[in-house]
Amino acid sequence: MQLSFARTAVASALIALLAPLAAQAETISVVTSFPKELTAAYKKAYEAKYPNDKVEILNKNTSAGIAYVREQAAGSRPEVFWASAPDAFEVLSGQKLLVNIGPGNPEIPAKVGNYPVNDPKGFYRGQALAGYGMMWNTRYMKANKLPAPKEWADLVKPVYFSHLAISSPSRSGTTHLTVETILQGEGWTKGWEQVLMIGGNCAAITERSFGVPDGVSNGQFGIGLVIDFFGLAAKNSGMPVDFVYPSVTSIVPANIALIEGAKSSEAGKRFIEFTLSEEGQKLLLQKDISRLPVLPAIYKQAPADYPNPFSGKIQAKVNFDSQLSESRYLVVRSLFDQMITFRHKELVAATKAIQDAEKRLAGRPSAQLDEARKLAFSPAVDETQIKDPQLLALFKAKKADADATRAKAKIEEEWASRAKANYARAITLANSAK
Amino acid sequence: MTTVKRNHPGLIAIAIAIALFLFVFLIGPILTVVYTAFTDGHGGFTLTHFLAFAEISLMRESFANSLFVAGMTVFWATMIAIPLAYLTMRFQFRGAVLIQTLGVLPLVMPAFVGAAALQLIFGRSGAVNLILMENFGFSIPVMEGLSGIIFVETLHYFPFILLNLSASLATIDSSMEEAGQNLGASGWRLFRKVIFPLALPGYIAGASLVFIKVFDDLGTPLVLNVTNMLAPQAYLRVTSIGIEDPIGYVICVILVLFSIAAMAGSWWFVKRRDYALVSRGGAQAPKRKLTGWQTALAYGWIFGILMLVLSPHLGILLMSLFKVWSFSVLPEQFTLVHYATIFTDAKQMIWNTILYCGLAAFIDIIIGGAIAYIVIRTTIPGRQILDHLVTVALAMPGLVLGIGYLRAFRGIELPFGAGALTASWVIFVIAYSVRRLPYALRSCMAALTQVHPALEEAAENVGAGRWRTIRKIVIPLMMGGLLAGFVTSFITAAAEISETILLTSRESLAPMSYGIYLYFQSIAGRGPGAALSVVAISIVALGTYITHRLAATATPHQNVGNRT
Repeated sequence: MQLSFARTAVASALIALLAPLAAQAETISVVTSFPKELTAAYKKAYEAKYPNDKVEILNKNTSAGIAYVREQAAGSRPEVFWASAPDAFEVLSGQKLLVNIGPGNPEIPAKVGNYPVNDPKGFYRGQALAGYGMMWNTRYMKANKLPAPKEWADLVKPVYFSHLAISSPSRSGTTHLTVETILQGEGWTKGWEQVLMIGGNCAAITERSFGVPDGVSNGQFGIGLVIDFFGLAAKNSGMPVDFVYPSVTSIVPANIALIEGAKSSEAGKRFIEFTLSEEGQKLLLQKDISRLPVLPAIYKQAPADYPNPFSGKIQAKVNFDSQLSESRYLVVRSLFDQMITFRHKELVAATKAIQDAEKRLAGRPSAQLDEARKLAFSPAVDETQIKDPQLLALFKAKKADADATRAKAKIEEEWASRAKANYARAITLANSAK
Repeated sequence: MTTVKRNHPGLIAIAIAIALFLFVFLIGPILTVVYTAFTDGHGGFTLTHFLAFAEISLMRESFANSLFVAGMTVFWATMIAIPLAYLTMRFQFRGAVLIQTLGVLPLVMPAFVGAAALQLIFGRSGAVNLILMENFGFSIPVMEGLSGIIFVETLHYFPFILLNLSASLATIDSSMEEAGQNLGASGWRLFRKVIFPLALPGYIAGASLVFIKVFDDLGTPLVLNVTNMLAPQAYLRVTSIGIEDPIGYVICVILVLFSIAAMAGSWWFVKRRDYALVSRGGAQAPKRKLTGWQTALAYGWIFGILMLVLSPHLGILLMSLFKVWSFSVLPEQFTLVHYATIFTDAKQMIWNTILYCGLAAFIDIIIGGAIAYIVIRTTIPGRQILDHLVTVALAMPGLVLGIGYLRAFRGIELPFGAGALTASWVIFVIAYSVRRLPYALRSCMAALTQVHPALEEAAENVGAGRWRTIRKIVIPLMMGGLLAGFVTSFITAAAEISETILLTSRESLAPMSYGIYLYFQSIAGRGPGAALSVVAISIVALGTYITHRLAATATPHQNVGNRT
C-alpha cells in the first residue's frame, strides 16, 4: 500500500517532468515592466486571435529588463521589449539589440505635440502615450486637511512634509522620466533643487515605481509622483484617489520593439502589429489599464472625461529631449540614489530643520537659512560638470573593468559623503538661523 | 549486537554520485561567487572589489543595518519566546495547545506576505494607527524603516527560538532543578542560574538560525521599501547593474561568511561547555501551579502575542475578500472576484509550485535517505563528508545560491532544445532541492536511527539481498520519517522567495511565491495577491499539520530545530 503510493508518486513525477516538453508552439517572449492587468489582457486577446502562438511574459523593471536582454546570447534572446521609458530603448538600440522595423499602422500620427510617436530611426514604436503627474488619496487628504496640488512646485511646500512618495530613477524607468522632465523643464540646477525638496518632503522612496501608486491607494502616502495610468487605473477601479497632470509634464510614448537575435522574430513582429491595431489599442481603455492609445480613432470609444493628448487638453510645456536624457541617464540615476534614496533620512531631517526655521523666522531674511537651503538642495554635480564627457563616459564603462568600477565607486562615494555632510551642516545652520 | 556494516560497491557509487551532485549544484556555484568577488577583469587575484566595498559608505551602512536588524530581531524574538517556552514546560497550564499553535502559525506564511498585511494594520495609515489618531491624537511608527523590518521578522521568526527552547527544556532532568531549589534558589534566580544555562544549547541553535534567516532575508526589506541593507543591495546591484557587477558578489561573500560564522559560533558555544546530564529520561520536572494573578498574566501575554501573530493572517484574508482597503480601519466592498482571477490566471503558478516543490522534496528524501543509510549503515571512508556538505546548504543564503546559479550555469543549454538551464523550470527544482536537503536529511537520519539493524540482519539471514532488504524492510519502516521529510521540504520550498525572485525569468515558469510578489504590484489593489497567499498558506498549513501528525506517530524524538 505504501509502496504503491511511492510508485504513483514516481509515475506522476515523471509525467510532470515530460509535460513542459510537449508544448512546442511558437513562443513570443515579451520583456516588460507593465503590470499584470495589462500583460494578461494582451496575452489573452492575442492568443485568442493567433491560437498557434504562445505569449510568454517576462516581468522585469526597466533597468533589470535591459540587463536581462544584454546578458542573453544572440539566438536565445526574448522577442519583444515593451516598456515606458524611451531612453531604455535608446540604450538597447545603441547596443545593437533592436531590429529596425520602421513605422507601423499608418493611421497612427507621426507626432504628439512635438514629440515623435515612433523612433525616427525606426528601431522602436510608440504603443501608448503617457504623461506624468500627481495622484493622491482623497481620504488621506481630507483627514490631514491637505490642499490638492496642481504643479510640481506645489509639492515643495512645507504643508506636504512627509506626505509624498516617489520611486527612484534607478529602479523605475517612469520615475527617471519624471525626474528628467523636471530637470529639462526647470533647468539642471533649479530642477535638482525642486527634486531634492520634493525628496525631502517624501515619506518614502519606494523600491519600484509601483510602490508609489500602491501606497497612495492604500492610504500610506498622501500624494505620489506617478505615470498617468497608475493614477487613472486606480481611480477607475474604484480606489478613493485622484490624478492631475501638472503643466511641466511631457507626453511621451511608451514603446515596443523587436529584439535582435530572438528565436521567433516573425511571431514577435506579429505581436507588435497586434498591439498597434485597432483591436490592440482598444484594450488600453479597459478600466484597470486606463492608458492613452496612440491611435486617435480609439478616443471616440472612450468615456467623455478620458484625457486625450491629441485634443490639446493636456498642456505639455516640456519638449522631452530623449538624446539628452540618454546621454546622462546613468549619472542622473546614480546622483538621485546617492543624494536622495540612500541618504533619505538625512535629507528629510535637513528639510524638516529648514522648514521649522522658515516658520520660526516667519519670512524674515536670514543668511544662515539661505546657506542651509543651498547646502541641502544643490546637486553634487553642477551644470558644467554634467556636460563633462569624461564623467559621462566613466559611467558607461564596462562593468568588468575593475579600475573603472573603482573610479566610479569613488565618485559616487564623494557625492554620498558630501551630501551627508551638507545635510548635517544644513541642519546646524537652520537650527541656529536668526 | 554489532551492526553488520558492509560496503556494497553500488552504495559507493551512489555516495560518489551524491557527492558530485552536491559539488556541482552547491559548492560549485558558491565557489563561483567567491571567485568572482576576488578576481579582476582579467582573471587575476584582487582585493579591489573589497576595498571598493569598504570605501562606499552606503555599503558600510547597509552592513551595519543588516547586523542591527538581525541582532535586534534575535533580541525581541527571545523576549517573546522565553516566557512562552517556560510557561508550557514548567507550569500546569491549559494554554499549551495555544502555544503550540503560536509556534507554527507564523511559519506558514512567507515573511514578505506578512509584511504587506502588517502594513495595512500597523502602518502609517493602518487600522491601529487610524484608531489611535482618531481617539488619542498620536500614532506609533512601528512599521517605519528598520523597526518595521525588525517587527515583521520578529513575529515571523520567534517560533525558531520557541521550538528549540521548548525541546531543550523538555530534556532537562528535574533533579537539577530540585537540587537548585534545595540550595535555596527559586523563581527568577532558579531560572537564571539553573534552567536557562541548561537549556542554552537549544536557545543558541534557535537564535543563530533566526540571525542567519534575518541577515539574508530579501523579500521583507523589498516590500517595506528599505534598501540600505545588504541583501537588498546585492539584489539591486545584480538586477539593475547586471550579473557582472563585482560589488554584488562581495556582498554575497559577506553574507556567506556571516552565516557560517553564526552557525559555527553556535556549535562552538555549545561544545565549549559540557551540557550533558548524568541522568536523562528520568521524571520530567514536575509542573508547578500558577497563582491567580500569574495565570491572568500568562493568558494575557499569550493572548497578546497570539493577536499579533494572527494579525497578518487576518489582514491577508480580509485583503483577499474585499475590493478597497484604503485609509480605513476595515476594508470595504466584499467580493470573491480576486479568487476568480487567480483560479483563471494563476492556475499555472499553483501547479508550478506543486511540481517544483514536489519534485524537489522527492529528490530530497531520496538523496537524504541514501545519505542517512550511507552514514549510519556503512563504513565507506569519508562518508561524513556528505553530511557536512549538506549542512553547508543550511548556512547558505538563498540569494547567494541564486546569484551563484545565474553566474555558474550561464550559457549552459539543456538537451532536446529545451533552452538555457537558468531559464528553465529545472533550475527551480535543483535550487529548492539543494536548499531544503538539510531538512529532509534530518528526518531521514532520525527515521533510520529508529530502525533496529537486527531487523535487517534477520531479513538477510533468511536470504534477502541488500537491495531487497532496503526495499522491503528499511524503506517501509522509514516511511513515516521519509514522508515527514518530504512535507517539510515541500512546505519550506513553497514559501521560499529570495532565490525565486532571482531565478524567475518567465511568468509561465513562476511558482506561487513569485506570483504573490507579482500580484502585489497591481494598480487595482493587492486583492489577487492576497487571494493567492491564502491558497498558498492553506497548502502549507495543511502540509504542516500532516508533518506534525506524522512526526507525532512515527518519529517521537524528531529534532524540531531544523525547520524554516
